[in-house]
Amino acid sequence: MLKPGSRWKSQVCSAEAVLVRPPKIDGVPQCGGVDMVPMDGEVAAATALAGLDTGCLVGKRYRSDELAMEMLCTKAGTGALGFAGTALELVEAKKLPSSD
Amino acid sequence: MRVSLLLDLVAETLPDRIAIDGPGGSLSFGDLHARARGFAASLEGSTARNVGFLGVNSPALPAVLFGAALADRPFAPLNYRLPDDGLRKLAARLAPAVIVADDDMAARIAGIDGIEVRSTATLAGLAAPEDWYPASEDEDTAVLLFTSGTSGEPKAALLRHENLTSYVVQTVEFLGADEEDATLVSVPPYHIAAVLALLTSVYSGRRVVQLEAFTPEGWVDAAARFAVSHAMLVPTMLARVLDRIEEVGTALPALRALAYGGGRMPLSVIHRALALMPDTGFTNAYGLTETSSTISVLGPDDHALARSGDAAGLARLATVGKPVPGVEVEVRDGNRVCGPNEPGEVFVRGEQVAGRYAERAATDDDGWFATKDRGWFDADGYLTVDGRLDDVIVRGGENISPGEIEDVLRTHPQVADVAVIGAPDEQWGERVVAFAVPRDPAFSDGPALSDWVRARLRSTKAPAQVHFRESLPYNDTGKLLRRLLRDELAD
Repeated sequence: MLKPGSRWKSQVCSAEAVLVRPPKIDGVPQCGGVDMVPMDGEVAAATALAGLDTGCLVGKRYRSDELAMEMLCTKAGTGALGFAGTALELVEAKKLPSSD
Repeated sequence: MRVSLLLDLVAETLPDRIAIDGPGGSLSFGDLHARARGFAASLEGSTARNVGFLGVNSPALPAVLFGAALADRPFAPLNYRLPDDGLRKLAARLAPAVIVADDDMAARIAGIDGIEVRSTATLAGLAAPEDWYPASEDEDTAVLLFTSGTSGEPKAALLRHENLTSYVVQTVEFLGADEEDATLVSVPPYHIAAVLALLTSVYSGRRVVQLEAFTPEGWVDAAARFAVSHAMLVPTMLARVLDRIEEVGTALPALRALAYGGGRMPLSVIHRALALMPDTGFTNAYGLTETSSTISVLGPDDHALARSGDAAGLARLATVGKPVPGVEVEVRDGNRVCGPNEPGEVFVRGEQVAGRYAERAATDDDGWFATKDRGWFDADGYLTVDGRLDDVIVRGGENISPGEIEDVLRTHPQVADVAVIGAPDEQWGERVVAFAVPRDPAFSDGPALSDWVRARLRSTKAPAQVHFRESLPYNDTGKLLRRLLRDELAD
């Protein structure tokens, strides 16, 4: 099982992300439909698949309820964060008042 | 996800933004990260199991908090207000440990078996080699926090990395703060709100302004001088800040968000606050040490409704609003879940709820934590927290809430502060006794105060006795020490 808090980078763009909640099934996070690599891993330049080139925004979280998986984008890119060929969905966080 | 990652991410993205500010100096996110790493690297090879902290708010605090996480050891801030023997007992419970202490406090914990004391002043000079990184990430506990122990020996709540980061990630936006935003932290380092303020501020990229210790003068001065946009206060602090603002007429135009919590807020205080600070958004936050702070909030919109005189808004001022995302709250009477407006004990479940004390489990098998607070939901899902269950007065089989009687007494023109407790009574089991601080020291008309309550609630809730005092006993984070008042009656 992948570690919560593990960091990944895209092979198709500049995106970086933290795996906040790992998926329940085997596999690694993807960006633009291509497997991401661990932050200290080697990147082989690749191209985002059509339909998965919708991008990701820094500071936003992306989730799949079905997989119980969630990622935090820490560096923006042109590929969509996803898993097993499907894009994760942007979490529309309800803005909470600051309480600390 | 680990606490140290919050700082790693922000320091990489915005290394030059100011992270920590205040009379004690300023640090950028990059500098803070470097110090945390330096401190963590200095623990390599140490046999310490825990990292303690004994000091006031200063740039050393976040360096040790994040450094302990990087060094894979729990961070344990200690209450410097404790008398020496109480403090030494808590310190000894951390052994083997490194405790980082302010120079004027270090002697208080000298010579304890298994405790190595280091000075906060040494942190600034520490640095880790560039290729240093944590050797292990095995320790689940990020923060070990002793509860205030108002009702017995302090318990050590173990807040796991997952408890804290799940709260931060779900309730705060990464890098969501503007560069000019600043949070003023005036609660001491051993209060859960101080720990969470550091974590949420760092994650949102918001500057933290630190006050070494709270005084109303220092708070108002720092809020103005550092153009503070956000702050959190406990009820006793807010009342004193309002006095100060009235006295000197300071305007705080930058202050957008003021949160309060950590105890029951007298309605009279919040009404004053709404009137005195018309452009500030208020948030009432309810939480406990064991729940990684906030589990329910009443936000600025509801406060604005109340400010406009709206009846529903005014009624909600007495509530702590609704549970935050990721948290379930139930009110129970025994094993039964209560319906709307039915009082019972407040139970909480969620990722941010700590599962353990050092001594025992904190939650039941299904993950529910019993808060020991009495409360109820209204039909719209707003939660009222009435006070500690232990403080409920049982008079002739009737459950009487001290808070309700206190609220009524506070509306009397002669009452500046008040506490209501139950005293043993042969006929009724318990009777209602009030301790009042009069505005005019010459005022001592107890029967008039009892009549005041009788006319507004009912006769069973009217105090059988009223004792007059110059002040009431609070601990330094604003919790009323009812135990001391009970002891006083027993003597």
